[in-house]
Amino acid sequence: MNQQIQQRDGYGQLALDLLAKAKRSGATEADIIIADGETFSVQVRLGAVDRLTKAREKRLGLRVFVGKRSASTSTSDFSVESLNHLVGETCTLAKAVVEDQVSGLPVADQMAGEIPDFDLYDSTRLNTEQQIELAKRVEAAAMSTDERVTNSEGGDFDSSSGRVVLGNSHGFLGEYQSSSFSMSVSPIATDPETGAMQRDSWYAVQRKFAKLDSPEAVGLEAARRTVRKLGARKVATQRVPVVLDPEMAGSLMGNLCGAVSGYALYKGASFLAGQLDKPLAPDYVTVYDDGRVVGGLGSRPFDGEGLPTRRTTVVERGVLKSYLLDTYSGRKLGLASTGNASRSVGENPSVGPTNFYLAPGTKTVQDIIKTVKQGLYVTDLIGFGINMVTGDYSRGAAGFWIEGGELAYPVEEITIAGNLKEMFAGIEMIGNDLVFRGRITSPTVKIAEMMVAGN
Amino acid sequence: MGDLVQLKSFGLTESEVFGALGRVKVRDVDYADLYFESCVSESVSMEESLVKRATKSVSQGVGVRATAGEKTGFAYSDELTKKDLELAADTARYIANSPGGTNTVPVPVHHRPTRDLYPIDRTQAEVATAERVSLLNAIDVEARRYDPRIKNVMASFNTEYKVVMVATSEGTLVGDVQPLSRLQVTCIAEENGQRQAGSFGGGGRVGFQFYYEGDRYLRFAREAAREAILNLSAVEAPAGVMPVVLGGGWPGILLHEAIGHGLEADFNRKKTSAFSNLLGKRVASDVCTIVDDGTLPGRRGSLNMDDEGTPTGRTMLIEQGILRGYITDKLNARLMGIPLTGNGRRESYQSVVLPRMTNTFMLAGTSDPEEIIRSVDRGLYAVSFGGGQVDITNGKFVFSASEAYLIEGGKVTRPVKGATLIGSGPDILTKVSMVGHDLKLDEGIGTCGKDGQSVPVGVGLPTIRIDEITVGGTQR
Repeated sequence: MNQQIQQRDGYGQLALDLLAKAKRSGATEADIIIADGETFSVQVRLGAVDRLTKAREKRLGLRVFVGKRSASTSTSDFSVESLNHLVGETCTLAKAVVEDQVSGLPVADQMAGEIPDFDLYDSTRLNTEQQIELAKRVEAAAMSTDERVTNSEGGDFDSSSGRVVLGNSHGFLGEYQSSSFSMSVSPIATDPETGAMQRDSWYAVQRKFAKLDSPEAVGLEAARRTVRKLGARKVATQRVPVVLDPEMAGSLMGNLCGAVSGYALYKGASFLAGQLDKPLAPDYVTVYDDGRVVGGLGSRPFDGEGLPTRRTTVVERGVLKSYLLDTYSGRKLGLASTGNASRSVGENPSVGPTNFYLAPGTKTVQDIIKTVKQGLYVTDLIGFGINMVTGDYSRGAAGFWIEGGELAYPVEEITIAGNLKEMFAGIEMIGNDLVFRGRITSPTVKIAEMMVAGN
Repeated sequence: MGDLVQLKSFGLTESEVFGALGRVKVRDVDYADLYFESCVSESVSMEESLVKRATKSVSQGVGVRATAGEKTGFAYSDELTKKDLELAADTARYIANSPGGTNTVPVPVHHRPTRDLYPIDRTQAEVATAERVSLLNAIDVEARRYDPRIKNVMASFNTEYKVVMVATSEGTLVGDVQPLSRLQVTCIAEENGQRQAGSFGGGGRVGFQFYYEGDRYLRFAREAAREAILNLSAVEAPAGVMPVVLGGGWPGILLHEAIGHGLEADFNRKKTSAFSNLLGKRVASDVCTIVDDGTLPGRRGSLNMDDEGTPTGRTMLIEQGILRGYITDKLNARLMGIPLTGNGRRESYQSVVLPRMTNTFMLAGTSDPEEIIRSVDRGLYAVSFGGGQVDITNGKFVFSASEAYLIEGGKVTRPVKGATLIGSGPDILTKVSMVGHDLKLDEGIGTCGKDGQSVPVGVGLPTIRIDEITVGGTQR
């Protein structure tokens, strides 16, 4: 192991040096995370470059335990003097808080051994002209397909890459690299009769440049999503079936993800507290969190504490089978970590998803809409009207009114309301259209009934 | 306040800084600036009656920006090396299609902000961790004493001490020290297996003693506990269009979402805002006068100068119902040929400048708040809110009530569960029929997100009556 470390560049050695220094300053345990990376982002608007951003950044986070007391610090200043000061200061800070009986690093023998390669890194580097060209193409595609697309918030192309080094006083030292390439465009369409405007957007994001959709495909989809909103109106207040498109069903999965987070649960701040092994949804509902998907946007070889990631079945055939936990929240609940520690440098670990998704069903979206006589197809949700303690749910919505099994006309300025428990229990159908566009994803979902408030 | 003393704290000399600017401001670049920032943030938090977490974070860096026409070139770095400045210069040069080289910028003129809206002694900004811990412990005791049904109290106290320095190609060098703090309390109440939460908080560009004035910290604890207990007895909220009375203070988030974002100059220059082309037109009833004011002492949204070094001001947005102005940064003011309002803000050296709100509020009217409630036969009285959001282009906005009551027969009756209110920005204020004489500013908790950047803001509102807005409850 020593041989291996000496071959690393400075960050691995830096982590080991600081861990040793922390021990000498009174820390009984410690861990260090070092992240660095570079980003390049291009925004084009109406065919001309609007903004170029380039940056390199690095950050180091230190967490120490002095017995059962702990504190975390972070800095972007890597000078020896500043880092020495940081170690001393962190130990002092830890001594100022109270003992917390369950605090501490994970148990030593659970640390990730092998660091698997999930193919998260692409060494492709685009030059400025190439990135500008891609951003121009995605915007041009969105602007050229329909004359009602009259304006644009711009087309973007971003690329970034970075690495994470994590080490702790158990002797764990791990490192991985990752990259990301993304493009998006937000066209604006104008209603030729009323002059009313609508905006929507579409995007693609991948760890590998070669796997991105073409700019033309992304632009075309953005235009389609925008133009179809023209002429939107309100509907009357009524209780109807609600179909969530994959993006919005994904936001519902995001709510589930928040509710099964160990921190919300042990604080009594989740409506799913005490619901483990109890039915949450019908038996065709299965939800996974899988940190080991090759090339996955949420994949990582080890979590924010150095524990191996895994595939966790969160909901199995409708039954809530697992929470998402790190070491601390797991200990609070008397459970083992699920390898979901998420670490932003300088913060204490929290719980975050890896690749969190609802397993797809067999129906096409058309099949699902066909089953609705009167109802709502939701393509946009805005606002923060969700009470995670009770599950009460009320958000602004837009989309399409469904009449006789078909999308009839666009709707806006309405809300959908209910309770997340009832919404999960009320999942009636699941589409076959799962695509991994982010860390939390879902196919189309039909909910039996919700209150729609409008006129 | 900021001049050479601060420049020194970044380890730089004036000639180094202006030499770098000269490198960035190549031919065809209209404007360039360097934004130096050093920020120390500290946080302590409590739950389960234990203050068990403390964090501290130190960041320092520089953002280098050049604009040419509508184009912006931007680079940032946490190190101020020659290499990083070259990267910045190359990015800037690219957008300007200009050859490299070194140009001279005017000899710097030092501008000190002529006032200090937050003159806080550094010892008041950097209090010992032990004092922060005892503040949180006292909050726990107070909230639990309020009612035995309070089962958990979560509180956090965050401070930030930011030193900034802006050097511009106009030849100005100006700096500011921007302290900021916030105390946040959340209580969980439980009764018969049912749980509810209540939250309260506040702060500003204030020193530590602010939280002890009039036992403010204990009031925050009681307010959070009160809201949690109240919500235990809340009934389902109504659904549909009805009159809504908004209480004073934080419900001013209505203004922030419904009109504030829509009046930011960038969206209007690009004509992507529902308010584009409405200057001089009626967008509210004549009882509505709304301003954005960055000059209120000690307020969370206040600044001596914005992040381009422009002194903040008070901007009339809507005067007796008529749209009067947009809020601007340098780029958009120049391109639109409209006044510079001192609203160019950025989250940090890692972010570009955007026109952003400061403290946005409606001026007091003449109605008696109680008379406003009496005027409603059946509706909603909403006094506290969570977050809000707006779609700039179609103008539809939402904001979600966290404490609200039914109004029945002119009287405030039962508490109702949280519900989202949805309306249309250019239209909603035309439905404001009464404005109270009780203008209140919020307690200092607001954070506004735009383009992935968060900045602290304030809002304010007197009690107002909105004749009709859609309430997103579950009951007919």
